[in-house]
Amino acid sequence: MPDTTPRCQAGRPALAAAGGPGGVAGLPRRAGIGLKPQHVREVLSTRPDIGFFEVHAENYMVDGGPFHHFLGRVREHHALSLHGVGLSIGGIEPPDEAHLDRLAALITRYQPASFSEHLAWSSHGGTFFNDLLPVPYDRATLDRVCRHIDRVQERLGCRMLLENPATYLEFEASTMSETTFLREVLERTGCGLLLDVNNLHVSCTNHGRDALACLHDLPLTAVGEVHLAGFARDQDAAGAPLLIDSHGSPVDEAVWDLYAQVIERLGAVPTLLERDNNVPALATLLAEAGRAEQMMAARGQPVRCGAHGAGA
Amino acid sequence: MTSAAPCSDGHAADQTDFAAALLNPQSAMPPGLRTWNGSDPQARLAVYRNNVVSALVDALADTFPVVQHLVGEEFFRAMAVLFVRQAPPRSRVLAHYGQDLPGFIAQFGPAQGLPYLADVARLEAARVMAYHAADAAPVPDEVVRLALSSGERMGELQLVLHPSVATLASPFAVVTLWAAHQAEADIAPVEIDQPECALVLRAGLDVLVLPAAAGAVAFVRAIQAAHNLGEAAALALADAREFDLTATLSQLLAHGALAALQLPGRLSS
Repeated sequence: MPDTTPRCQAGRPALAAAGGPGGVAGLPRRAGIGLKPQHVREVLSTRPDIGFFEVHAENYMVDGGPFHHFLGRVREHHALSLHGVGLSIGGIEPPDEAHLDRLAALITRYQPASFSEHLAWSSHGGTFFNDLLPVPYDRATLDRVCRHIDRVQERLGCRMLLENPATYLEFEASTMSETTFLREVLERTGCGLLLDVNNLHVSCTNHGRDALACLHDLPLTAVGEVHLAGFARDQDAAGAPLLIDSHGSPVDEAVWDLYAQVIERLGAVPTLLERDNNVPALATLLAEAGRAEQMMAARGQPVRCGAHGAGA
Repeated sequence: MTSAAPCSDGHAADQTDFAAALLNPQSAMPPGLRTWNGSDPQARLAVYRNNVVSALVDALADTFPVVQHLVGEEFFRAMAVLFVRQAPPRSRVLAHYGQDLPGFIAQFGPAQGLPYLADVARLEAARVMAYHAADAAPVPDEVVRLALSSGERMGELQLVLHPSVATLASPFAVVTLWAAHQAEADIAPVEIDQPECALVLRAGLDVLVLPAAAGAVAFVRAIQAAHNLGEAAALALADAREFDLTATLSQLLAHGALAALQLPGRLSS
């Protein structure tokens, strides 16, 4: 078992001050990548100098075998971000207690530096759709999502990060903007923001919004992690661009530009390079992470180290 | 929960309609959808429909590569889409999604020309189960030696199998067929109308498919049904006249398939 203290990496202050009531301490303010089964042996033999690895929690909700074996070994040398895709926080039904139990067990076992989930629903009426589905932005949904996040944070004993979604449709029932909705959820529940810059670009393109304005309208001081990923291009019925959050290609330059704005505002911030399809060689992912680290280093942020390094 | 929760905030019905539209291409557009540019929301809903179905079909393709190879990608994906729509996941953990696909294949009209296909799928499904099964250390040699020298009480021995152990008995040569599809080189022709059996288990980090005698499979199934060694051996012998207890125990021990051996009343592992 790894000990309960997240480790410092290469002399850098490893911990952000995103800690909640207990358990989850916050990720290093560096770039990280997803841990892919096809890379895990190379990761163990080369121990790349990377801020953290992220895994999908549901992939590890199995009894035993290679997934647990390798994650345990990777965890001995690297910080971990646990990212859920199955809680269905935007669902009509309350969070599944058995699923919360499984998450709690993973958090106890692997002591991740962060746990995050999505503003979306993925289960309904006992069926799991394995996708992140959209919610209307109105009072009733806001109340429900806040109740669900309250329960998650209570059960897991830690502050979670909530990810802004990539969406393709809007609802007539919506009475507020996505940014207002997110800001209210964060204020009421105390959860942090997982700012997916690709999702922001995708959703703003898909709904005719100004991404930069949306970015500045978000509570950026609550950001505990940033996601960067690639998208695919499609068209809607009117021929307008429709971007698909595919996680299957390198990060687009438009997304890097938005990320530069985030860095400008926040300085160094835990940043995941997300790739789930067409997964390239480990070196390619590390190079993308390197670009994010260079941007953070170029921005410089010595002020934050002393303020946050010792807290968690 | 098998039905939507009470409509506490007015959105339960909307989410139910949206959910139904994801898996049923014939269903009406869910109400209340909007697009910023007034374009037909149908095209945008199609993104969700496609994401849901294609990701689940991809998951099945990962679990059943030999089935896909045998029928071709186009046939496999068409069959998998029908399966996904009929039997979407009930669990938020997808690792074991598709354990019902072999039964679906057995009933699937267009696949009747390949009567062995369902058993190939059973073998592949068993491999995935074994891959994620709980860990357990093999019973130590010392315990084995002691247990096997327990004389006339030997028949009372309780065998605990490694949690990954599964069995397959087929009227077709699906073990040979599956093995042939693991090779990089050309696939040699397989005489398919030969009954074959296999044990599937994980040794360390590797899932093994071990060709096995019919008696060995009967023996393992009896052990899994909580019979002791003597009872299981008798059942295996009744099932397969050529059952060889020594060979079967050797095969199980050689691959770490036994997690414990104990005599009732005194724990020896």
